[in-house]
Amino acid sequence: MMEKQFTLSVLTEDRAGLINHVTIIFARRKMNVESLNVSTSEVKGMSRFTIVITTTREKIDKVCGQIRKLVDVLGAFVYEEDEIFYQEIALYKVPTKVFLNGQNIESLVRNNGARILVVEEDHIIIEKTGHKQDTHDLYKKLAPFGLLEFIRSGRVAISKSKRRTEAYIKELEESESNSLSIKDY
Amino acid sequence: MNSPALFIQENKEVQTNLLSGAEAVLKCLLEEGVETIFGYPGGAIMPIYDQLFQYQDRLKHILVRHEQGAAHAAQGFARVSGKTGVCFATSGPGATNLITGIADAMIDSTPIVCITGQVYSPLLGTDAFQETDVVGISMPVTKWNYQVTRAEEIPFALARAFYIANTGRPGPVLIDITKDAQFESFHFSYEKCVRIRSYQPYPQLDESKSDEAADLINNSKKPFFLVGQGVILSQAKKELIELAEKADIPMAATLLGLSAVPTDHPLYVGYLGMHGNYAPNLLTNECDVLIAVGMRFDDRVTGDLERYAKQAKVIHIDIDPSEIDKNVKTDVALVSDAKVALKSLIRKVNRNEHTSWLSEFQKLKAIENETLGGSIDGRLKMGEVIRELSAQTNGEAIIVTDVGQHQMVTSQHYQFKNPRQHVTSGGLGTMGFALPASIGARMGQEEKEVIAIIGDGGFQMTIQELGTISQCGIHVKILVLNNHFLGMVRQWQELFFDGRYASTEMVNPDFQLIIKGYGIKSMKVTSREELNSKMKEFLNHKGSIMLEAEVEKEENVFPMVPAGASVSEIRLK
Ligand SMILES: Cc1ncc(C[n+]2csc(CCOP(=O)(O)OP(=O)(O)O)c2C)c(N)n1
Repeated sequence: MMEKQFTLSVLTEDRAGLINHVTIIFARRKMNVESLNVSTSEVKGMSRFTIVITTTREKIDKVCGQIRKLVDVLGAFVYEEDEIFYQEIALYKVPTKVFLNGQNIESLVRNNGARILVVEEDHIIIEKTGHKQDTHDLYKKLAPFGLLEFIRSGRVAISKSKRRTEAYIKELEESESNSLSIKDY
Repeated sequence: MNSPALFIQENKEVQTNLLSGAEAVLKCLLEEGVETIFGYPGGAIMPIYDQLFQYQDRLKHILVRHEQGAAHAAQGFARVSGKTGVCFATSGPGATNLITGIADAMIDSTPIVCITGQVYSPLLGTDAFQETDVVGISMPVTKWNYQVTRAEEIPFALARAFYIANTGRPGPVLIDITKDAQFESFHFSYEKCVRIRSYQPYPQLDESKSDEAADLINNSKKPFFLVGQGVILSQAKKELIELAEKADIPMAATLLGLSAVPTDHPLYVGYLGMHGNYAPNLLTNECDVLIAVGMRFDDRVTGDLERYAKQAKVIHIDIDPSEIDKNVKTDVALVSDAKVALKSLIRKVNRNEHTSWLSEFQKLKAIENETLGGSIDGRLKMGEVIRELSAQTNGEAIIVTDVGQHQMVTSQHYQFKNPRQHVTSGGLGTMGFALPASIGARMGQEEKEVIAIIGDGGFQMTIQELGTISQCGIHVKILVLNNHFLGMVRQWQELFFDGRYASTEMVNPDFQLIIKGYGIKSMKVTSREELNSKMKEFLNHKGSIMLEAEVEKEENVFPMVPAGASVSEIRLK
């Protein structure tokens, strides 16, 4: 089966130790996580994990099932590239003198959809949001100027689905799956 | 760490509810209907034990000899009673000693709640004396775990623990309670947990899926039921048998599914897997519709997956959605409690007959009996001991097995009558399980005789629990099949490693003397002639007793599907 890049979006209760819970599921299967982002979500007391991983559809579905099974996980969803909007943010630190030397760095920043965050005496910090390819392109362009430091965040993604988190949670809260009811036909 | 504000209370009503965390733990257990606890004390859990002293009249504590024994005893208790087993251990080594039992309960879906003491909360993370990160260590082997650092979290944590452990697919839960939280006082009130929004233990059956499954079954010429522990857990024996009888479908059981269906039921065709019966293994690759109920297609059942039931349409009934398609691709998945799904199918499936299909099982059974039956000579064989036991107990005892040849032989020969009659370590294959688990099995029910069947190797892994049996006067019968070898491993060495017996021969102590030292009655049987009478004496004895059977040293267990082979390659010799 073909390997592909998948984005896993996991909605959890905001509880200590959950990151460990989620990541050992990958570790146990020797799957390498490409990026992991955790942050509080739009709903109070709830976190969202965005996990990027390259693997097969079959494997990602199984792993997603294992994550969903964790008691404190509210939902876990697998997305392919075309089902989400996603971004990463990159920060670049370059020496200020490059800028002062009349180099064309300002237009370089502008033409690449980046912006200057701070200008300090000895360095400036540039920020760019985009897909990995975009932030990497700018990296290549800035490298010749003597890049001092470079950092890129994990992916954050939002699905194109129309489902609202609040509605989804409400559904869970009202679901009848909390207890067993044996129907007599 | 007591908050002074909590003590200055005007309201008498509230005042009476002011409890220490330690006492609150016991109150919670009583609220959950707990009567028996298996455990071992130590520094970090002393406040709870101190309270236990006050609650002796309401909570019975069984002092085991090793914390692993406490976890297995809790498992044995849960497996025979369906109730949640409870165990206590101290921090550090006490907690780590529980881990094997917890892992066993996880893989065999057994509901237990483990409560561990932990160092004072300000010391967490400082490598304090007997501090271990048991929450971290137990994470992959618990269904849920939680660390309590404040007394007021205790009712919440324990209510959840009991709800999670014994709903949906059951499993172990660990609650770690710091010593300061045990001392701290707070206003106690308890409310049972009935819902956790992030946890949906009982997925609702999709009736359209059960229509599809019924369609497959109605059009099938060779349908075949694989019965797992899910049938026992959901108490679906009656429904399973009704459905099987209505549509005339043969049933085979996995190791943990044994006893779900009476062994003598006309549609019961045997035991599945590596040392299962000939017919059900072979015919898995002949059936046209495979209906798996509450089982997880373990590799010991399927053998080589690439050559497993490829010709069949697969219907998989399981309460755990992550089991669907995990090992075997399913055509129709019924994600549901087994009883609910079977009830729905009974309505939709037509009455049918599969006489010629059933006769195929009979033919193969005859071949198995002919090859493996025959006359027996020489030393006692494990199979004849178990058959004798089965006959003399009328298939009605609670059988607790350890891991190895004796376990497989028992699975093949004991004629089970009722669900929850068979307790073994299946998924983890934990040697040392049986003796402590039999203690729990005894505490979990009183009507039936409990018989632990153990090899000489596994007996010595938890032999210290004889002390528990003796001190607490627990009435269990211990049948040791002594072959002076780690028999199962020796068998593999003989068959697959050219007979190089690397470290499998056992020089054993005199078990008769050891048992005597514990004040337990002991017996020995060495010959075929005295088997019947010795077995009778063993079974008639009131109180705990051990019977050591000196069996053939180098006997092999057959049938056998060699590891990695297809179920079609099952060997009779
Ligand atoms: C804790 C543990 N260690 C090792 C094993 C591997 N193992 C499986 S069966 C077996 C031999 C068991 O020997 P014995 O208890 O004498 O039973 P027999 O097979 O002879 O009936 C061993 C060592 C195991 N299952 N569990």
